Amino acid sequence: MDDLLADFLTETNEGLASLDAALLQLERNPANSAVLSEVFRTVHTIKGTCGFLGLPRLEGVAHAAENVLGLWRDGTLPVTRGGVTLILSAADRIKQIVAGLEAMGSEPAGDDAPLKAALDAAAAGEAPPKAAVQAEARAPVAMEALIAAEAPAAAPPDAAPEISAGGVNAPQTIRVAVDVLEDLMVLVSELVLTRNQLLQLARSEENAAFAVPLQRLSQITSDLQDGVMKTRMQPIGNAWAKLPRLVRDLSNDLGKRIELDMRGADTELDRQVMELIKDPLTHMVRNSADHGLETPEQRRAGGKSETGRILLNAFHEGGHIVLEIGDDGRGLNTERIKAKVVAQGLATEAELATMSDREIHRFIFRAGFSTAAEVTSVSGRGVGMDVVKTNIERIGGIVDLRSREHRGTTFTIKIPLTLAIAAALIVEAGGERFAIPQAGVLELVRVGSGDGPKVELIKEAPVLRLRDQLLPLIPLKRLLRLETEAEKPDAESFVVVTQLGSQLFGIVVDRVFDTEEIVVKPVAPILRHITIFSGNTILGDGSVIMILDPSGIARATGLGVETAADNGAMQAQSSRHLGRHTSLLLFRAGEGAPKAVPLSLVARLENLEAARIERAGDSLVVQYRGSLMPLVPLHGLMALPEAGSQAVLVFGDGVRAMGLMVDEILDVVDASLDMDTAGVRPGFLGSCVVAGKVTEILDTAFWLKRGQADWFEPATAGGGRPSVLIVEDSGFFRNLIVPSVIAAGFDVTTVVNGREALRLRDAGERFDVIVSDINMPELDGFGLARAVREGGIWADLPMIALSGRSEPRDVERGRAAGFSDYIAKFDREALLTSLQQCLQPALVR
Amino acid sequence: MPASPSPSLETRPAGAFSADAAGMMLTLTVAGQLCGVQVLSVRDVLGVQVITRIPLAPREVAGSLNLRGRIVTAVDLRSRLGLSPREAGKGAMSVVVEVGGELYSLLADQVGEVLSLDAGERSPNPPTLDVSWREFSLGVHRQGDRLLVLLDVERLLELGA
Repeated sequence: MDDLLADFLTETNEGLASLDAALLQLERNPANSAVLSEVFRTVHTIKGTCGFLGLPRLEGVAHAAENVLGLWRDGTLPVTRGGVTLILSAADRIKQIVAGLEAMGSEPAGDDAPLKAALDAAAAGEAPPKAAVQAEARAPVAMEALIAAEAPAAAPPDAAPEISAGGVNAPQTIRVAVDVLEDLMVLVSELVLTRNQLLQLARSEENAAFAVPLQRLSQITSDLQDGVMKTRMQPIGNAWAKLPRLVRDLSNDLGKRIELDMRGADTELDRQVMELIKDPLTHMVRNSADHGLETPEQRRAGGKSETGRILLNAFHEGGHIVLEIGDDGRGLNTERIKAKVVAQGLATEAELATMSDREIHRFIFRAGFSTAAEVTSVSGRGVGMDVVKTNIERIGGIVDLRSREHRGTTFTIKIPLTLAIAAALIVEAGGERFAIPQAGVLELVRVGSGDGPKVELIKEAPVLRLRDQLLPLIPLKRLLRLETEAEKPDAESFVVVTQLGSQLFGIVVDRVFDTEEIVVKPVAPILRHITIFSGNTILGDGSVIMILDPSGIARATGLGVETAADNGAMQAQSSRHLGRHTSLLLFRAGEGAPKAVPLSLVARLENLEAARIERAGDSLVVQYRGSLMPLVPLHGLMALPEAGSQAVLVFGDGVRAMGLMVDEILDVVDASLDMDTAGVRPGFLGSCVVAGKVTEILDTAFWLKRGQADWFEPATAGGGRPSVLIVEDSGFFRNLIVPSVIAAGFDVTTVVNGREALRLRDAGERFDVIVSDINMPELDGFGLARAVREGGIWADLPMIALSGRSEPRDVERGRAAGFSDYIAKFDREALLTSLQQCLQPALVR
Repeated sequence: MPASPSPSLETRPAGAFSADAAGMMLTLTVAGQLCGVQVLSVRDVLGVQVITRIPLAPREVAGSLNLRGRIVTAVDLRSRLGLSPREAGKGAMSVVVEVGGELYSLLADQVGEVLSLDAGERSPNPPTLDVSWREFSLGVHRQGDRLLVLLDVERLLELGA
């Protein structure tokens, strides 16, 4: 049975189930037009669908019944007992045919002529009033006779369905009211919370008798949670169902030829999320058709095919679903946006000049921004992209766009799979704890203590210089009015670097605790006006805690530049482009262009006294921090200074160090590395323009090998420190883990995802142990473990999984993939212990 | 006062719910004033609870607390009625009421007993009733030499926005 027919049967059975009751209600109260409309609609739907599916018997009966119902509805014919009986028998006949259809996949044979004739007679009965009266009086008898007479004729085809009713072809799906699922979800959420509380209690109790059953309970709860989540999942295609029709109508209205390509329609997401993105999605498709695509003439003139294309694509990525809405139309007109930005005073010409096209395009997400030259009937209904953006951000999603002139525009939406349970970072400010949804958190920066980064004030506004970008800061304490009198200005605090769309800002908190899976609950109505909170939740320890809404915070402080037009001094700073740049150390060495090296690679800058530099055979060395450090002149024939000092860039990885001799250190600048590799010479990766000058970028590896030929050989080869490969995409966790692992006596190499790690393997790099995150782009931890175990030089290496989730189920999955151990991300102690344990067998050998 | 949920809540005779229940009042004391709320809206009576402060919330909102996995918003009756704050160190009792499907805790100084009051004996607010009480009073009952103010719970919770 094909899907269409199966759906039809499910729906029809549902309609028929309520039809009897509705008809009986109608009989009792013929004036109830609501019930009458419902009955009419049901029968009408059946008729319409079976006409489409090619089911002539059903269609005939439904059509005849609908005629009568139509006259009742219009009031031309009174609702009579006899009439209701007649409709009921029509409903019975429909049921018979449907049952046959279910059993055999096609309509059973049978003769409906007498029934149809009776219905037609009832419909025609309105013409002579006398006949109608008679019909009313006689109808029940007549119908009974009719049914009796027909029964034998109908019997043979009916026999089969009766036997097989509830048999092999019984529907495999049941319809469940959404409320029931919602209630289940709420209950499961509560269960998860209770489970978390129990686990917390059990942790403090050694060898508790309930530890084992609790493990089991925990696992069952997780499985149950997954199961219930699945019931709420629906294919995204359901939200797209109306789009083909919409596009067809639009193409007629606009005189454009449009082809709609939908991919990944079976990608599933939570129905609550789906409801919330349906409208933004429709709006964007409408926009693409109206603004994005050109007319056939324009397309032909531009050398494109006349038919424009709108592509909808959905796929899963980590815990998110990614939706792309793209067209191959004219693309955004950057000049027009610029003109409008300036006209509306959102930015100055000078500011625009420093922005990339992409940053300029993002202005369309600002309130009241429409680039359509004229408002058409299709778009321009006062619903702009700003509303789309707000709606998507409200559910923790992000939206971005890519556009190229004459090539088209693609919007990308990334939203969480479900809203009910989210990972959150627990922080403290002013003595109170709060949860910050992890989705928008990029990194954590400790400020205010010692030599580390510090909070600076520009006028009154606090900012943080983070990798030479100015990050606007929002002190949570001040925002929530939790400030106390005696506040030490230099007290240590943390900056939660948060991304909201393309906007970066830092939320300043006093302390950072842990990440926790939280069940988001709406706040009480009397607190809904506080937009800084998106909900509240109960933590594992049973305490109630408010969930902060980053977009609400940004709006409250005037930082939400893309959604709110109200601005302050902060806006100018914050809207500065915060694109990804690299800090480069500029220096001069020999003749020609200045040279540069990424600052992050340089360990220290030293000015060494010339007298300290010694010659050892062919090479230069210096006694440096208790050992001999080789010095390499960057400029081949650099003369040793007789006196004075020598500028040296020190590169080091903990054990070995090497110094690169340069003439002069110039500056540290921020630049994007758009490298030009033309005319590249050994020792350099290429050149790029830095601060207006062509600059050569140093190939660090080349020079390191000059200093020590064995630089890239594993140190363990010489019986030195064991080496660890850390695979982790988050800079924050890398910074958290790496120093402690180095301090524990390991050599550390880091890469950002599984794919990169495998590249090292294929390049023949050797390590003693691998530590890997689970959730990573490109190739995740499970994938990496499987690939490692499949073969190659790393096949027998111990592998430790680091993950935010360390429930038994996850541990199990990790072991199945090939991990030797599974450790919670924040548990540094456990990681170090595990590293030692992993290496022990190797030492014994 | 230690946590001693009024025993009469538990021992309420089954079946006494229908007609009589509407006249059943839970008495509580706020700043020395005896008052009552309809038992039908009361879900629980709790002793001193850990209450999480909610920044930026209306002054009257004391915070939120966890009642068996449900989040309850606590409203301090003293603050709501414009009375002086409770003495430091004295905890408040929570009378948990359900309004519009949401749970709220009314923080009172003491919780008393359940009384059956005849609606016929209810009298309108006397002119002597303090103005801060008048807005939230549905009427008063004479209890011996004391006056019991019947609190309008829904009115009390018209906060925010």
